[in-house]
This record gives sequence, structure tokens and C-alpha cells, in this order.
Amino acid sequence: MIPPAAFLLVAAVLFSLGVLAFFVKKDLLTQFMAVEVMLNAANLALLAMAKASGLAAGQVIVLFVITVAAAEAVIGLAIIVLIFRQRRTIRTDELKDLRG
Amino acid sequence: MAWAVFVILSVLCIGSVLAMIVSRNQAHNALFLVLAFSCLGGLFGLLDAPFAAAAQVLVYAGAIMVLFLFAIMMFNLREPAPREKRRLRTLLAAILGLVLFAELAVAGWRAVAPGSASPAAPDGLAGLGRLLFTEYLYAFEITSLLILAALVGALALAGKKEGA
Repeated sequence: MIPPAAFLLVAAVLFSLGVLAFFVKKDLLTQFMAVEVMLNAANLALLAMAKASGLAAGQVIVLFVITVAAAEAVIGLAIIVLIFRQRRTIRTDELKDLRG
Repeated sequence: MAWAVFVILSVLCIGSVLAMIVSRNQAHNALFLVLAFSCLGGLFGLLDAPFAAAAQVLVYAGAIMVLFLFAIMMFNLREPAPREKRRLRTLLAAILGLVLFAELAVAGWRAVAPGSASPAAPDGLAGLGRLLFTEYLYAFEITSLLILAALVGALALAGKKEGA
């Protein structure tokens, strides 16, 4: 029997790696993928908690998270496509108009 | 046995996310992510959540990553991203990641450690469906609206012809 703490540890590692990737990478697409990694780490933590507490509600929430993530991916990619059409680049170090 | 599967899946998952950080080719990144999400689906299965595991593989490793690959091919970036030059930024990000990891590990440990007595197992797929269509019915219906809004929004944003 694997304790939930082991799954939580993996979820923590994945989430931290997602944050790390988001800050290290400089193209919008890969940063967006890093966000997906973070969402998945949260899902893993939710399921580990659901197993630990014996409540099925955790699994329901995971389903909602997956659906919301799908919607978010669609909108996010559409915005990235728009940025690429207007600026011909998705490198974040070339997109700094909002820097003060 | 379960431990062996757990260790293999976790190492594959974390390793492919690490490879995504190191690799500079976007298409490779997306494929590493497909591997990571498939392994994560296996981990979901280990947690007695077969439906979440199936949704993970179908929706994440399947649909969402295909969407990413389509986007990558649309951008058609020939050359890989240039080498990251700013060491300071990488160092700061690594420190941030380590601190965050320590915090999460402590929080997770505290959340699980006291109630180590394992209660009754969740009552399977039927219970999940019942919960989804009774207690969480509104959330479920609103989700369908959300997906419709995302569909229309994506079309409105990116559906126009180039230069129109």
C-alpha cells in the first residue's frame, strides 16, 4: 500500500518543476505547457487527498479541473496565435511593451 | 509491485518534465509532456481513480496536447529557441522552485500525517456518477456552458482569416 504522502511528494515536485519551467523558459508555448504541468500536479494532490480521506468528491473536482484546463488551453492557444499573427514572435523577451 | 509501478511512473513523469525544461525544441517539449501526462494517468489509476485516469489520458495526453502540436506547427518556427543567457534568472527561478517545493512538502506532510488511518475506500465509478449528477449537478451543467463559451471565444479570437 503506497501512502498518500508519497503521491503528495510527487505532486509537490511536479508543481515546483512547473513553476521553474515557467520562469526559465522564454517562449509562450512552453510557458503555457508549464502551466499545464502545474494544473496536473494539483490534480494529483487532489486525488491523493481524496484517497486519504475516502471521499469521492475529490475525484469529481479533478474532473472539473480537467474540463476547465481544456477550456483554458483552447483560449490560451487562441491568444498565443493572435499574438503570433500580430507580432510574428512568441518570445517573451521580445514582447515587452508593457514594461514600465 | 504497486511500489515498483509507482516509482517507475513517478520517475518517468518527473524525468520528462525535466527534459522539457532542458530541451529547446517546442515539438519535443510537447511530446515530453504527452509522456508525463500519460504517466500521471497511471498514477491516477494507482490512486483508485480509474475515471480520472481515463480522462487524463484522453483529454490531456490526447486532446490538449494535440492542440498544442497543432499550434506549434502553425507557428512553424524553424530554428530552436536560442540559448538562455541570463544565468541569474535561472538561479532565481531555481531558488523559487526549491522554496516552493519545501513549502508544499511540509504542507502535504502535515495534511496527511495525523489522519493516517485509512477510511473506507470511495465507492467506485457508480458513486462518482451519482455524486456528479446530484450534489455537483449545477457545477456539471455550468461546465458545459464554460466549454461552449471557450469554443465560441476561441473562434472569435483566432478564427478570422489572416490579415482580415
